[in-house]
Amino acid sequence: MREREDEWTGLMRSAISGDSAAYHRLLKAVTPVLRAAARRGLARAGQPIDQAEDIVQDILLAVHLKRHTWDAGAPFAPWLFAIARNKLIDALRRRGRRVFVNIDDFAAILPGERAAETASASEVAAQLESLPARQREVLQSIAVESASIKDTAAKYSMSEGAVRVALHRGLASLTARLREQ
Amino acid sequence: MDTDQLIRTLAADNVRARPVGFVLALALLAAAPVSLLMFFTELGVRPDVMTAMRNPFFDLKFAVTLALATSAILVSLHLSRPEASMRGWGWLFMIPAGLLVAGISGEMMMPQRLPMMTRLVGSNSKVCLTAIPAMSLPLLAAALVGLRHGAPTRPALAGAIAGLLSAGLAATFYASHCTDDSPLFVATWYTIATALVTSVGALAGARVLRF
Repeated sequence: MREREDEWTGLMRSAISGDSAAYHRLLKAVTPVLRAAARRGLARAGQPIDQAEDIVQDILLAVHLKRHTWDAGAPFAPWLFAIARNKLIDALRRRGRRVFVNIDDFAAILPGERAAETASASEVAAQLESLPARQREVLQSIAVESASIKDTAAKYSMSEGAVRVALHRGLASLTARLREQ
Repeated sequence: MDTDQLIRTLAADNVRARPVGFVLALALLAAAPVSLLMFFTELGVRPDVMTAMRNPFFDLKFAVTLALATSAILVSLHLSRPEASMRGWGWLFMIPAGLLVAGISGEMMMPQRLPMMTRLVGSNSKVCLTAIPAMSLPLLAAALVGLRHGAPTRPALAGAIAGLLSAGLAATFYASHCTDDSPLFVATWYTIATALVTSVGALAGARVLRF
């Protein structure tokens, strides 16, 4: 566990200094842990666990948009779990239950407990539809068609800078919409 | 959108966000002229300020209000990190409180022309109770904008600290207008005004600082 968390911290340090491959690996690595915790939280609250993926995506968006609040001198896991816990409580509350989430839910995920990789989530997809056209097109191009920033720019005859801005704004407004729903 | 697609999208977005302290500073600098405009149009610096500056109790007011504002800035930046707790940080607020207590004891030991109650009640309590909250509001809004950029997992608490921050700054402006220099006056009316702003901050924070 200790080792895993040190690895996360290392990846995050590379990520914030601009290594997007490290960032990608980090997000992939934390997702099963977040998923297991979301399932456990839902189960404990008597909610259907098939909503776990929505919570996972919500947490990932928050992690992404708040990554500047991580102190590069501190371990990454406590920061991640604080965000995840906050989002999980929020999600459960929104679903009508007042629940207390134990921080150990995150730390104590056993390696064998990897949840299924299949991920069906509807909330992000639904909110995506309500975004301004430009942001939606850019997000879809990069997410669904796995186009690069460069290809997306060419496809919509935008500058790469404009694609980056649309992408970032799109992610921020997605998050805002998820919060307000 | 499945989670792998979302992760790919997040990894593609490398727009760097500014640190919370930077955004907070910028927001406060933008709001300060509004509060100062209120100050100069409605109140103004007291006319005898040059003589007042030689009175240690006049100077103490600024030490107290600036200590409050500084402590609140430090604590609010700390609380803008999601894993932060108040443990080890609350003592910072003992600095302004301690200065005030020291001032009160100091004044008690000196011969006074006016009785204690007269000093405490003063002559500006009403202005104090309206001017500090009024000048705080633009600063409070700015502090909340700044902290929204962070990730406070205790939004009401962070909002309350934003209230202390803005009240501390507004009280600093106000202190240069007010002719009541007794620490007893400050401990009573400034505190009530600050408590008011702090409650507004907590209520607003609980709403706007969730992320």
